[in-house]
Amino acid sequence: MNQQYWEKELETLSQVDLQILQYERLKKTLRFASQSMYYKKLFAEKKINPDGFKSIKDIEKIPFTTKEDLRSNFPYGFLAAEKREVIRLHSSSGTTGNPTVVYHSKHDIDSWANLVARSLFAVGTRDTDVFQNISGYGLFTGGLGFQYGAERLGALTIPAGAGNSKRQIKLMRDYGTTVIHTIPSYVMHLVDFFREMNLDPRTDTDLRHMVIGAEPHTEETRQRIQAMMGIKAYNSYGLSEMNGPGVAFECEYQNGMHLWEDAFYAEIIDPVTLQHVPEGEIGELVLTSLDRQAMPILRYRTRDLTRFLPGSCPCGRTHRRIDRMKGRSDDMFIIRGCNVFPMQIEKVLMQIPEVGNNYMIQLETIDGVDEMIIEVEVLDGNFLDNYSKLEKLSKIITNEVKNEVLVTPKVKLVQPNHFPPCEGKALRVKDNRKQY
Amino acid sequence: MSIKQLSIFLENKSGRLTEVLETLGQEKINIAAMSIADTSEYGILRLIVSDPEEALRLLKNKGFSVNMTDVIAIETPTYAGAFAEALKHFSDAQVGIEYMYAFELDNNGIIVMRTDDRQKAFKIIESNKLRLVSGNDIFKEKK
Repeated sequence: MNQQYWEKELETLSQVDLQILQYERLKKTLRFASQSMYYKKLFAEKKINPDGFKSIKDIEKIPFTTKEDLRSNFPYGFLAAEKREVIRLHSSSGTTGNPTVVYHSKHDIDSWANLVARSLFAVGTRDTDVFQNISGYGLFTGGLGFQYGAERLGALTIPAGAGNSKRQIKLMRDYGTTVIHTIPSYVMHLVDFFREMNLDPRTDTDLRHMVIGAEPHTEETRQRIQAMMGIKAYNSYGLSEMNGPGVAFECEYQNGMHLWEDAFYAEIIDPVTLQHVPEGEIGELVLTSLDRQAMPILRYRTRDLTRFLPGSCPCGRTHRRIDRMKGRSDDMFIIRGCNVFPMQIEKVLMQIPEVGNNYMIQLETIDGVDEMIIEVEVLDGNFLDNYSKLEKLSKIITNEVKNEVLVTPKVKLVQPNHFPPCEGKALRVKDNRKQY
Repeated sequence: MSIKQLSIFLENKSGRLTEVLETLGQEKINIAAMSIADTSEYGILRLIVSDPEEALRLLKNKGFSVNMTDVIAIETPTYAGAFAEALKHFSDAQVGIEYMYAFELDNNGIIVMRTDDRQKAFKIIESNKLRLVSGNDIFKEKK
């Protein structure tokens, strides 16, 4: 009877009961948080008394926490537990300053693994599956996060790591992998390798479905991935500040990601006014961990832009769904007075069949004018017959992008193997403009 | 009867052409004719090769954007004015030539061309007794 859900009661709790649970867990979380140097000081300064909180809505008395706050209190400012209770840390690479580091107790790791197991279960992964985790291990959370989650679920889990496409394909075929997890941009490279090995992922593997995440991508990209791989690709959302994967996850219906509201309290704000946006409108996702002890983070500004989706989901889960990420409030760039999200450009490109999956947006100052140059891969096609067809393709891309973002780009056609394979998040924008 | 031509999209960047030629050379694929034209950013390389199917597969595996098309090849004598005579038949019949290039084989000139009307082009060739060249003709000694 309990076939559909990993934890039926929690996953189908009514919104009212969920809010009561959130309130209880928030109170606990605040008690833990006040053990950390950062929040102890903040609560004192802002005269916040966690004992006076009457409902989950009182959370709005607490100021937002930003990535900057995490960085400037590096390394232990947010640690809320004794070191003997802490068993693991994950951190960002920190190439541009102090890394963002998150500490976990045994309870935290257990809770996280359970959320990932619940997520994988929701898309149909079972203990009979062979789960190949094509993800960087180590400080990056996609490796160990999915490893522990898939193990908790009971799947045979292959810690394949990132890169080395030929070995990935060999592992898939040797062990009869049925489920993979990877980032969307890597799928494209994987498909190239299948072709090079004269194999077809649709017929020469036992894959049943896949999980993609860690990179914002469009529905069009997902459709392409599904067509190339011949299986469903489920969207996953997470960030290391909130454990990593397992914050929000699609179910079998692929209509938005259920945000696990027993473990996270979500708000969506206007990144400029910092006020809540009306329900259903796009804004910046703000998250509070509700089930973490070693390092609770309160009202964290994720910089990820999304919205709550209206209505209920046919799967029966009551946890609200968020839309796929619409980009980040900080990857938006402004060119010639227009706000542009790289996602808008990707959306346009992916609707043009002659165009490949990789692209690069370069912002340059040419003769004192800011230009947006888009490098686009040309795929095979009969438009190689003559130059006028190639020029026409360039023009179509130029016009479509202009219609979407109101800036006329310079389109540069490049060969399909122009972009080196990437093993981390694909870099889509390079801003080389001169700052005056 | 037409011959297979490969069209390859090339970025205007040093080493790209060499990569194509080396790929074919390593697999002992002969190139009989080649033409390349460029814009400021990219070019289309056109090749007549001994094994077009295999060359297509090899280049696609290397990640190139390649296309195979049918083109017409006709043989002309090598005296001055011979090309003009051959092409005049097409212009008289209002058949447009999208592109063409020429090479020499056994002391004869070979014109490779793509026209905007294949049916009409073949009629012109037939009625004027122009000699069509096949892929086998070009690579006969080498096979």
